Amino acid sequence: MEKRAYSRYCFAFLLLGGLLLLLFIWNVNSGSVSLSVKEIFQIIFFRRGEETAYNIVWEIRLPRILAGIILGGALSVSGFLLQTFFSNPIAGPFVLGISSGAKLVVSLVMIACLEYSYTAGSGVLILAAFFGSLICMGFILLISRKVKRMSMLVIGGIMIGYICSAITDFVVTFADDSNIVNLHNWSMGSFSGMSWENVAVMTTVTAIAMIAAFFMSKPISAYQLGEVYAQNMGVNIKVFRIMLILISSILSACVTAFAGPISFVGIAVPHLVKNIFKTAKPILVIPGCFLGGAVFCLFCDLIARTVFAPTELSISSVTAVFGAPVVIYIMIRRQKTI
Amino acid sequence: MMRDYFFYTDKMTVGYDGKPLIKEIEIKVNRGEILTLIGPNGAGKSTILKSITRQLKTIGGVVYLDGKMMQKMTDKEVSRRLSVVLTERIRPEMMTCEEVVGTGRYPYTGTLGILSSKDWEKVSEAMEMVHASELKKRDFTAISDGQRQRILLARAICQEPEIIILDEPTSFLDIKHKLELLNILKHMVVRRHVAVIMSLHELDLAQKISDVIVCVHGESIEKYGTPEKIFTSEYIHELYDMTSGSYNADFGCLEMEAPKGEPKVFVIAGNGSGIKEYRRLQRAGIAFLTGILHRNDIDYEVAKALASGIIEEEPFEQISEKKFQEALESIKSCEKVICCIQKFGTMNRKNEMLLEAARQMGIQIERR
Repeated sequence: MEKRAYSRYCFAFLLLGGLLLLLFIWNVNSGSVSLSVKEIFQIIFFRRGEETAYNIVWEIRLPRILAGIILGGALSVSGFLLQTFFSNPIAGPFVLGISSGAKLVVSLVMIACLEYSYTAGSGVLILAAFFGSLICMGFILLISRKVKRMSMLVIGGIMIGYICSAITDFVVTFADDSNIVNLHNWSMGSFSGMSWENVAVMTTVTAIAMIAAFFMSKPISAYQLGEVYAQNMGVNIKVFRIMLILISSILSACVTAFAGPISFVGIAVPHLVKNIFKTAKPILVIPGCFLGGAVFCLFCDLIARTVFAPTELSISSVTAVFGAPVVIYIMIRRQKTI
Repeated sequence: MMRDYFFYTDKMTVGYDGKPLIKEIEIKVNRGEILTLIGPNGAGKSTILKSITRQLKTIGGVVYLDGKMMQKMTDKEVSRRLSVVLTERIRPEMMTCEEVVGTGRYPYTGTLGILSSKDWEKVSEAMEMVHASELKKRDFTAISDGQRQRILLARAICQEPEIIILDEPTSFLDIKHKLELLNILKHMVVRRHVAVIMSLHELDLAQKISDVIVCVHGESIEKYGTPEKIFTSEYIHELYDMTSGSYNADFGCLEMEAPKGEPKVFVIAGNGSGIKEYRRLQRAGIAFLTGILHRNDIDYEVAKALASGIIEEEPFEQISEKKFQEALESIKSCEKVICCIQKFGTMNRKNEMLLEAARQMGIQIERR
């Protein structure tokens, strides 16, 4: 590897790491109850402090921040994998309707559980979301066999997303009134109300999927030259495609199960990260995307929480504001080069 | 014996979705040889290549590589012995040419696919071989078609294969780049002692670069053999089912269809002076007769393709009186004589007499 490229990669990782640290501190420090930096420092590192403040930091802010980091990272990596799979720069779990599919099945499961007054655990929700993701992924794969143009595939995905969202709305309308509020919040996308148990489950799931994704960087980079060349480099295409679908579905399912559907992170972050690194090498971009997604989501969550405090925005509205322009930019640039 | 070949197929049948398209294909090639598939569009050249590279499942028969059944080899095993250059365009994102060539080293790298300094040396070597060292740091999507094909060839070389499969490597390239690419290929075959199987549309080039030609036509391999055996004008017309125009296999040159109708122009030509005039008349759609040409005159080859009739004479013979009279008859039926010859000699003295006779008959004469 060349020295210049090497130092660029180091710089990129340091930049993302630094931003993450900065946003972490900023997030812990902001909220409706203002706490001094010193207080927070003591609460986190020495577990000392006044009880309300202690609870705010440990039970509300920290789990939320960690969820933002993990889920944001998971979402971006999932987007990157889908873009590789479809060789389409604007593919992502949200535009392809995969998040909405997950949302639909999760709400069905939630409502069913509420009917029998049983609270669904994280594991059940992830399974439901995973199941929903795979169903939509199946449809997308069927469409992708028929259409070759990237825009058509995305339109197909958006339509599937609409159908799933419509059914979700329909189901939610007929659900028990008292539970709607909660469900409604979730279906809009939010990092709020995370428990440590949630964080533990999502960390485990994401960590396993991330390790698997990282060790697939070699076949992924072969696949970037197209299926046939990848096969000629010794990649078992069938196994590879299944793995890629499973990992990206697990990652996006994990996000949807806990935070609901979150738009644009999956497209915008991989694109930005590739531009910071000036390469699309998966071995760098996969960890880069994780960090980048974490930074992006923490930043958006900070805005969602604080700009109109005490009213909270849905996370998707904020990610859309920053993510959608990136998508438009990618499309315009692609148009030029083709 | 089949077994003596490095690569051969034994009654391979190929097709899509279990439907056989071409049956009982027997292709044999040794290291250091180039085998080229020719045949009309849609004949199944790509299908055969895809079946060899295992993109398509063969429907029947066996493919042997170095004495082993390819069907029983793993993808990884095959990747160290066989590499490909394909027609479909690839658009890898943010990859330099050097990195694209580097992907050829993948079969030799570890779990994470990181290239060692030795691998990078091989990348440089391969790029030098295709004269593309100056492209190393350029973005792959920003270079020209000709450069791109060379980079993809370097990628294939870098994989250190024993056999390379190329699907129409010269399509989209201009003549300079076509020649350049095939020259590189030829050198590589000699230097690295690899076997090459490819498909080409350029018959003239196929004839010159290949050791073996395979003609794909209809449901089977129609012909198989050396270029000398395959390339006759008659057979090429048959293979491509040519109904208009013609192909001259000796020169690898295509001619348009001869103008139709009653010939009203007689062209006196010889020694290459007539070719331009024949082509001009063809473009204008004017049917013509020409003569008197010796059959070893270069005008003769073009006249055969374009003239409605030729008064011809045996090579190395003086023009006979019989032919002279024949030509005179033809001129009588024409309205115009075009003479392309500036200076007559002893062998074509009769052509000069022909011109003089036409003048006396009062036929319009144009000299070129």
